[in-house]
Amino acid sequence: MPELLVYSERVDAARELVAGGRELAAALGLGVSAVALGPGAGAAASELAAAGADTVYVSEAAAFEGWPADAVAAGLAQVAARAGAAVVLIGSTRRGKETAPRLAQKLGAGCVTDVSSLGADAGELLAGRYAYGGATVARERLTSAVKVYAVMPKTFSAEGASPGAGTVVAAELNASSAVKLVDRRPKEGEHVDLDAAPLIVGLGRGFKSRDDLALGERLAAALGAVVGCTKSLADFEWLGEDRIIGLSGARTAPDLYLGVGVSGQIQHTVGVAGAKLIAAVNKDKEAPIFALADYGIVGDLYEVVPALTERLEGV
Amino acid sequence: MCVKTNPDLQMVRVKNREAVLDGVPYKLGDLEKNALEAAVVLRDAAGGKVTALCLAEGDRKAAEGIKVALAMGADEAVVVDDPALAQPDQAAVAAALAAAVKKLGACDLLLFGEGSTDNYTGQVGPRVAELLGLPQIGYARKVEVIGGAVRCERSMDDLLETLEAPLPAVVTVVSEINEPRIPGLMQIMKAKSKPLQVWALADLGLDPAAVAPLREIVSNLAEEQDRKHILFEGTAAEQADAFVNALINEGVLGR
Repeated sequence: MPELLVYSERVDAARELVAGGRELAAALGLGVSAVALGPGAGAAASELAAAGADTVYVSEAAAFEGWPADAVAAGLAQVAARAGAAVVLIGSTRRGKETAPRLAQKLGAGCVTDVSSLGADAGELLAGRYAYGGATVARERLTSAVKVYAVMPKTFSAEGASPGAGTVVAAELNASSAVKLVDRRPKEGEHVDLDAAPLIVGLGRGFKSRDDLALGERLAAALGAVVGCTKSLADFEWLGEDRIIGLSGARTAPDLYLGVGVSGQIQHTVGVAGAKLIAAVNKDKEAPIFALADYGIVGDLYEVVPALTERLEGV
Repeated sequence: MCVKTNPDLQMVRVKNREAVLDGVPYKLGDLEKNALEAAVVLRDAAGGKVTALCLAEGDRKAAEGIKVALAMGADEAVVVDDPALAQPDQAAVAAALAAAVKKLGACDLLLFGEGSTDNYTGQVGPRVAELLGLPQIGYARKVEVIGGAVRCERSMDDLLETLEAPLPAVVTVVSEINEPRIPGLMQIMKAKSKPLQVWALADLGLDPAAVAPLREIVSNLAEEQDRKHILFEGTAAEQADAFVNALINEGVLGR
């Protein structure tokens, strides 16, 4: 049986893809295999099996240390040939996104990156991804025999997945990288992880000065939320670039996004479209953010935010 | 270095769920400007020549972007223009660019933006690297040439990596790498006399079948969002109270 093959250097992303891939594979009549590469990668095999993989190909070869794109693409191409892969799903992390097109080129395959939805319709896969900087969603169909999709983390959920057979195959892969790792070190300073934040307060131009942002930060603290912002606040250097949400920054998928003084330009809101709930505080009831919001408070943020903070601190 | 001309996304609006591109100016992509700036700086330090390479893509006004690239300091430009490339997918763009690089002959470093500002697929750089059998380094925020190698620093989520690849190599850059120069009137005037070649697929020894798309775009519409649209009224305290109660009912608070 031809296979749907899953790979990500991030085990959590690989598990989601196996679980989501299993449903797609059932609709397409494919088996589900996963690939784990790199020193120590075999430890993930049981987790991938629990998420639904029938076969897990493992190579702990030193060539995959740090997951260089050329070596990983070469290794995956060999597994794809051996497994008879018809569909390859790769986690669209930075590493995955630079590897997927190289793999696709090796396989003569079409490729869609940053896939935010993937479904099977009448025996064919249809992938959704943001286009025009997020203003639209393009639905794309690949016509090549093998199809490669780099899928955004959190597109699928591994919760409640049914386990697969989990047969572990030690894969002898012929791969090496021409790229040498000179140095690897953690980033200095505080790391803002908007991608994974369950609650986000987004701050916008409604704040009149940098000092006033303390109001928004105190609200975020009361909510237990991470602070994000529109690009303009980072351009003013009121907040760091790692807090930008939208076209120039993070694409988030929190349980709640609360926009404060955010008007709702598409260049920002593309980064919050994946939120389960969108709420907004803005003094202009015509602000586009309200068209996207589940809950809206029309009012002066300088009155509403302190009231809200006080109310939340009492919860 | 390879460039693409994109619609100015700050000007794109959505009407009836369709992106409105009429009247939207096309400009050289921001990340391409970063790649070009990096190329010009490397050339000024180490010598050599910067060739700006792009696809015409039908009526997509590539010429505007190429003019800017030459004014910013590229020594020459090559445009691949062919009816078979009117609406290429990324595999087709890569095939055409790789063939053009081969035709140009000796090339030490191929620089790209990490993605194009309109659709950001990030595919073309890695595909060209594979087609030419070259090593690739993505997301560079610092790039230097040391002897026969390119050394790049890149940011991978919570890690910084320094990588080195033997030349020739493919490098894609992120916006932090530099602040692209804005060409002055003199540079813009001088750009007009720089060499610009236009090649068709036949000039590259490519058959139209080699650029047949592997991808169809079925639709491209703004998403319909199913939201509750509940507005709270009253004093700030009343609004805050109603909102917090809603969050508790949604299960967002008090977990």
